Amino acid sequence: MTAPQAPAPTHAPRTLVEKIWQHHVVRPASADAPAILFVDLHLVHEVTSPQAFAELAARGVKVRRPDLTVATMDHSTPTTPRVNGHHVALSDRLAAAQLSRLEANCREYGVPLFPLGHDRQGIVHVIGPELGLTQPGMTVVCGDSHTSTHGAFGALAFGIGTSEVAHVLATQCLLQAPPRTMEVRVEGRLGYGVSAKDLILGIIAHIGVAGGAGHVMEYTGPAIRALDMEGRMTICNMSIEAGARAGCIAPDEVTFEYLAGRPYAPRAAQWIDAVERWRELRTDVGAHYDRTVSIDASELAPMISYGTNPGMAIPVTGRVPEPRVAADEQQRATLERALGYMALQPGQPVLGIPVDVVFLGSCTNARLSDLRAAAGVLRGRKLAPNVRMLVVPGSQQVKRQAEAEGLDAVFASAGAEWRESGCSMCIAMNGDQLAPGQYAVSTSNRNFEGRQGKGGRTFLASPLTAAATALRGVITDVRTLA
Amino acid sequence: MDPFTSLVSTAVVLRVDNVDTDQIIPARFLKITDRDGLGPHAFADWRYDASGTPRADFPLNAPGAGDAKILVAGRNFGCGSSREHAAWALHALGIRVIVCPSFADIFRNNAHANGMLPVALNEPEHALLLDALTHNPALPIAVDLASQSLTAAGLHCTFSIDPFAKHCLLRGVDTLGFLLAAAPEITAYEASHHAPVCCT
Ligand code: SF4
Repeated sequence: MTAPQAPAPTHAPRTLVEKIWQHHVVRPASADAPAILFVDLHLVHEVTSPQAFAELAARGVKVRRPDLTVATMDHSTPTTPRVNGHHVALSDRLAAAQLSRLEANCREYGVPLFPLGHDRQGIVHVIGPELGLTQPGMTVVCGDSHTSTHGAFGALAFGIGTSEVAHVLATQCLLQAPPRTMEVRVEGRLGYGVSAKDLILGIIAHIGVAGGAGHVMEYTGPAIRALDMEGRMTICNMSIEAGARAGCIAPDEVTFEYLAGRPYAPRAAQWIDAVERWRELRTDVGAHYDRTVSIDASELAPMISYGTNPGMAIPVTGRVPEPRVAADEQQRATLERALGYMALQPGQPVLGIPVDVVFLGSCTNARLSDLRAAAGVLRGRKLAPNVRMLVVPGSQQVKRQAEAEGLDAVFASAGAEWRESGCSMCIAMNGDQLAPGQYAVSTSNRNFEGRQGKGGRTFLASPLTAAATALRGVITDVRTLA
Repeated sequence: MDPFTSLVSTAVVLRVDNVDTDQIIPARFLKITDRDGLGPHAFADWRYDASGTPRADFPLNAPGAGDAKILVAGRNFGCGSSREHAAWALHALGIRVIVCPSFADIFRNNAHANGMLPVALNEPEHALLLDALTHNPALPIAVDLASQSLTAAGLHCTFSIDPFAKHCLLRGVDTLGFLLAAAPEITAYEASHHAPVCCT
């Protein structure tokens, strides 16, 4: 394990991020160059890797540590239900070429791959944790911004571009400047019908979509400690939507219990050693954060986005903001543009807005607890006739567990589509997409213009709000369902 | 990587905050295995109407916009997805400098990796530049990396940049080559920090 083994020479109190950082420095930063940082786990998917492998090939360089690299196929894979156990053929020639390129690259460079059809395939940020690959104290990177998800385990996990993917493939290292740290302290406890998704939407609305820029956010406080691992992953996942480099949560018994017995987690004596080291992974009393914000979870209602970035979110009982009260001219223009795209009126209540599609999926909210929460709302009920609901489990393992509990039957008898795992309508690369002008309530993480299909309009919300909305056909406060 | 030292060019102005990488290059264009051919798809959903015709009111479609090497836009440019395709798409359009009040972290790295210079001006200077460009859309802007300065008409601003990024841009440093040269130190590190997990 690469959890810190020795105290810092100074014995000065350190943050969690500083501990992980210092342990991974191969060469310290100098006046001339940033630090060289070692990467413990490199996750790879089909969309952001082909050009990086090509760079290695052009230089005649091998993957330095295929044993610390894992690939899967998720972004452009079909999620249409299998027929007789077989995936439908890829109708998209370009997607097929990209998938076969990943397969060829993994074969050539000896990188383990969980391909389409494998029982461990899934969204890269869902399978890393569920396989026990993601562990406390690690540095984890992937050519994908939602790599921040893995910070929920007390890892330093962040997204990188394809040039940096090549750096890590070739050297297992990155050139990095030390991040600034920001404590996001969450007091109180979440109320009835209010989930981790609502909390992170509330945090982003509070600090803004660039509020975490240049920082790693560490979430602390009783409301965070009360979350299970899946809720913590939802929180860290969306750190990037606040502009942060990464998000993290110090590991505790909840973390260790989640990891115990996972396929790649340490076993026997090694497990005992690992847990002992992991317990050191917390911010010391008196350590200094560059910034601190705090928020009271008890005051939160279920949140929903109304605009075209994840910071444009309000309580589901709220009204669409008025551009005329914006702080400055540019913010007014931004809001007007967003409301124009969404075709919403200033001052309009969001409750009661009709929606066409409900998407339950993505690396933010497609784990077992998310499916359970939504199924709990839908059990024994029918979707509103105007609504199409897609349920896309985050991984094959999630799908299998959900089926073992009969959740697939709950969704199917409500009238929802039970699909194969993948990114699906979160990014709309695989044919699962909104039509122009359609409204969706989505449990994913980005409501950017066209994100879920050109011209599509996204309301981001929790699985509970998504399920309640699917039943009524209009945006609904789950707390008001009988 | 091609070095970047200085340039003089007109600018395209996009008065939008939080331009996310999904706008710069929509996801449906990411199904490629090389870096080429993204220029025509850059800003596709803002640039073309439903029939694929260029929208006359989109700045990149204005006469002369194709010659501009500078893009001036709003706060938090390049937020969202880490896709380096966004930098490749802008590069393919001929853009080499992006001038904004602030940038998203991953996009800034991706721009540097492709020999492009993100220039973060403070808000008042950025506003003055926008004013000047409103009065004269054909205003030539000079950007010089060595002196970290931007000059346009009467406006003279300086900007900050990470010293290593500056060094790499000025000399066209091969950062992967730089890391590969650190192999002995990486090997020493690996020997003293045994691997946490083995994926194979
Ligand atoms: S589910 Fe969405 S956000 Fe998550 S990795 Fe896939 S495309 Fe990215």
